[in-house]
Amino acid sequence: MKCTVCRGPAVIDLRRHNSNFCVDHFLRFCRDQVRRTIDEFEMFAPTDRVLVAVSGGKDSLAIWDLLMELGYSVDGLYVGLGIGEYSDASGEHARRFASSRGATLIEVDLPGTYGYDIPTGARAARRAPCSACGLTKRHLFDAAAIDGGYDVLVTGHNLDDEAAVLFGNTIKWHTEYLARQAPVLPARAGFPRKVKPLVRLSEREMAAYCVLSRIDYIVDECPMAAGNRHLGYKEVLNDLEARSPGAKADFYFNFLRSAAGHFNAEDADSSGALRECERCGAPSSGEVCAFCRLVERAGGSQPVTLSPTRSSSPSRNGASS
Amino acid sequence: MIVKLRNPARELTVRGPMSVTKLFNQLDVNRESVLVICNGTLIPSDAMLDDDAVVEIRPVISGGA
Repeated sequence: MKCTVCRGPAVIDLRRHNSNFCVDHFLRFCRDQVRRTIDEFEMFAPTDRVLVAVSGGKDSLAIWDLLMELGYSVDGLYVGLGIGEYSDASGEHARRFASSRGATLIEVDLPGTYGYDIPTGARAARRAPCSACGLTKRHLFDAAAIDGGYDVLVTGHNLDDEAAVLFGNTIKWHTEYLARQAPVLPARAGFPRKVKPLVRLSEREMAAYCVLSRIDYIVDECPMAAGNRHLGYKEVLNDLEARSPGAKADFYFNFLRSAAGHFNAEDADSSGALRECERCGAPSSGEVCAFCRLVERAGGSQPVTLSPTRSSSPSRNGASS
Repeated sequence: MIVKLRNPARELTVRGPMSVTKLFNQLDVNRESVLVICNGTLIPSDAMLDDDAVVEIRPVISGGA
């Protein structure tokens, strides 16, 4: 198999692009896709201060690397979630990457600062672990971006993430969420501008970028993600992609082009009804925001001891379910 | 050949030579959800794997979204 660009030996074939790439031209392809996305959606300017939320996984380290390669000024933000050895390892990956690039990594230690970890918080609040984790990260990411004076918060959501969320919101017809599903969320009172520059690149392409760029990311899956609904959606969409290359990109980008505008932005923008949380000052629909309620419920709870949660049988997508 | 898999971590012995595509079919792996890594780099789906090869089939799907 030869590189579509230079006819040298290819290392990866991208069926949805009907292309094969050598190492150099694949890395260039990824940079071009990110540059095109930033420009097309007017995500941020070259002089903006950018904060990227970093987990130690492939997507967040890849976008941090890509943005620095493209010349942007980017700091990283890592939240230690207290998910046992997984968090210890993911933090090490984030620190090693920052050190290797001479980049600034801001760290927030959830148990040390707020008195709970994700397993304990999820049980105390009777939330699914991924729900408690998402709530926690959104609050801390927003706060760090605003307190740090950053112009924009970048997350590593890729095409597969966005297609899976769209799929879930569509089969349930969550119109308020569909109205908010966009690569750019403008800044609002109490919320930073949020952007997703990886929406043109798939999970497989991001993992490939890391391998070929020698980025040492945490490969193991979060032990709390077992049974995550989005893993099932991704499996369905990858089955479709295998039969019809380009299906995920068509689904997502045709939604943005042809359907997103039909959902009422007023359904999504509830900022008019928001007030300041009386404890932390963050936007809230009640007197106390969801994050502060989670802190309150989890505080003093008996810590949850993690045990292996992964199934012993792998799915066709390589991840356990 | 030795085939390294994850979730859970394990190794399989598979008789080669065999193409990557045929290996995917034999193991019932969706090519869209994995990378194949040999000697520290990626190999494309038409590559032939020798009987003495050591390859990793690395899942790329993560749960967070």
